[in-house]
Amino acid sequence: MAEPALSIRGLTKVYGNGFEALKGIDLDVEQGDFFALLGPNGAGKSTTLGIVCSLVQKSAGQVKIFGIDIDHDFAKAKYNLGVVPQEFNFSQFEKVEDIILTQAGYYGMPMKEAKPRCERLLKDLGLWDKRNGAARMLSGGMKRRLMIARALIHRPRLLILDEPTAGVDIELRRSMWEYMRRINEEEGTSIILTTHYLEEAESLCRNIAIINRGEIIKNTSMRGLLTELDTETFLLDLAEPLEAAPQVEGFEVERVDSHQLALSVRKGTDLNDAFQQLTRQGVRVLSMRNRANRLEELFVSMTSQPDAGSGIDSANSTPAKETAS
Amino acid sequence: MNTRQLLISLWTMVVKEVRRFVRIWPQTLVPPSITMTMYFIIFGNLIGSRVGEMHGISYMSYIVPGLIMMSVITNSYSNVASSFFSNKFQRSVEEMMVSPMPNWVILGGFVIGGAARGLGVGLIVTLVSLFFTHLDLHHPFLTLMVVVMTALLFSIGGFINALLAKKFDDISIIPIFVLTPLTYLGGVFYSIDLLPEFWQKVTMINPILYMVNAFRYGILGISDIPVSGALIAIAAFIVVFWCLALWMLNRGKGIRS
Repeated sequence: MAEPALSIRGLTKVYGNGFEALKGIDLDVEQGDFFALLGPNGAGKSTTLGIVCSLVQKSAGQVKIFGIDIDHDFAKAKYNLGVVPQEFNFSQFEKVEDIILTQAGYYGMPMKEAKPRCERLLKDLGLWDKRNGAARMLSGGMKRRLMIARALIHRPRLLILDEPTAGVDIELRRSMWEYMRRINEEEGTSIILTTHYLEEAESLCRNIAIINRGEIIKNTSMRGLLTELDTETFLLDLAEPLEAAPQVEGFEVERVDSHQLALSVRKGTDLNDAFQQLTRQGVRVLSMRNRANRLEELFVSMTSQPDAGSGIDSANSTPAKETAS
Repeated sequence: MNTRQLLISLWTMVVKEVRRFVRIWPQTLVPPSITMTMYFIIFGNLIGSRVGEMHGISYMSYIVPGLIMMSVITNSYSNVASSFFSNKFQRSVEEMMVSPMPNWVILGGFVIGGAARGLGVGLIVTLVSLFFTHLDLHHPFLTLMVVVMTALLFSIGGFINALLAKKFDDISIIPIFVLTPLTYLGGVFYSIDLLPEFWQKVTMINPILYMVNAFRYGILGISDIPVSGALIAIAAFIVVFWCLALWMLNRGKGIRS
C-alpha cells in the first residue's frame, strides 16, 4: 500500500510560555487526497502545518511526508512539499517572475527548466501580464495566486493551502477552486486545505479533520461527516407577511421576520409534507435556501464551547498563540 | 541536494542579494561614495596638508586604505543585517526555510551577498580616492585577501545581528555604538605611534586596528602591527562567527517558534 502523503503521529507542540498548542495529534492524508483541516482560530491548524513545513519546531511526535521522516531527511521530504501560507510572505519589492524563479533556485532547479514552468504557471493563474511588475503592485487576489504559483514551481506532490482564498472575491475564489481541483485531479497532487469558508471545504475536499484546542475531534470522509447532520434549517421567503409562525406538524418553525420563516427539517423527513401543510394554511413560499452551509452547522456544533470562538467570520484574524502561522 | 543543486541554490541566494542592493543603489552605493569623498576633501586635502606626512607618506595617501576598509566593514555588515532582517520582517525568510536548502547555503548566500556589496563600495571608494592621490599596490594578493576576509567577517556579524534583532532599531545599534567607534579608533586617521603608551596598549585590543593595518600594509607597505598575526586573527574570527551563526540558524534562533 502506498505511503500516505502525510502521516502524523503523537504530534505535540508546547510554546515557550507553556501553551500546549497540539496535544499529541494523529493524522493521515492519503496520496491524491483533497483534505480539509478545519478548526476555530487558535485550534492548532497553523501550528500543525507550520511543523510539517519546518516553520515551527515540534515538541514531540513524528511527521512523515510520503514516508520520509522529517527528523531523518527533512531536505528530501521538503522536495515533495509546496506551501501557500496564510499571510503574504514574499518580498514586496521583487518582480513577480523573480519571486517564482528565485524559489525554483532554492530547490536547485536549473533556469532552463524553471523558466518555461514559471511561464506556464503565471499564464494558468492569470499573472503573465504582471510578471515584470513589483509584487507590491498586485491586488490581494493576485498576491494569493502568486503564492500558489510559487508553491507549485518545483512540482510538489503535496500542496498545503493555508486559507488560500481569504479576502478573495467570490468570482476569483471560484476560479481558484477550479484550478485547485484541476491540479488535484489531473496532476494527482495531494492537497491539504485549511479555510474558514466551509462551503469551500465541502465543495472541494473528500476527507476532513476537525481540530479543536490542539486535538483532532473528527477525522472522516466529507460524505460521512455530512450524513451525521441530523437537522437542516431552511429559510423560506414568503409572498405575504405573517404575524406569527404557523404550526407545521412534525417540523419546527420559527418566524424570522414578517416575510421569512426558518424551517428545521430532521434527516429523513419528507419536505413535501411541510409545504402541503403551509399551503393548507394559505402560506405561499416564493423561494427557499439553506440557513447555513451544512458543514458549517456541523462545525459549529462540534467546536462551539463556552470559550472556543468558531472563528468562521474572522478569516483574517491571527491566533494569538500561533505566531508562526 | 546534490552538488549541482547546492550550487544552483547558493547562486540563487547570491543573485537575489546582489539584485537587492543594486536595485536600491541610491541607498546602498551612492551615500558611502559621497561620504568618503567628503573625508578625502576635508581630512585629506584641507586638514591633511597641515598634518604633513605619516610614516613618510602623505596624509592623504595614509588615510585612503583605512577609509576603504571603513566602507567595506560598514557596508558588508549593514547589508546583511538589513537584508536578513527585512526577510524576517516580511516573512520571506519562510521561502528559504520551507525549501530543501541546507542552512549553510542560506548563511553563505547572505554572507557572499553582503561581502559583494562591501567590496563593491570599497572599489567605488578606491576609484574616488584616485582623484585625490596616487596609490601603489605593494602587495596586491595580501590586499585582496585582507579585504575579502574582512568583508566576509563583517557580513557574518551582520547576519548574527539580524538573527537576534526583534525590531529595526536593533540592527542599527551595533553599527552606531560599536563598529563606528572601533573603526575611528582603529588607526584609520592616525598611526598608533602618536598615542601615549597606555592608549597604544588599549588600542591593541581593537580587532579593526589589525584589519586596517594589514590592508594598509598591502597597499602602502607600512603597518603598526605584525601583518601575519592580523591575518590569523581575522581567519579565526571568521571561523568562530561562522560556526556561531550556523548554530543559531540550525536552532532556529529568531526565526522559528
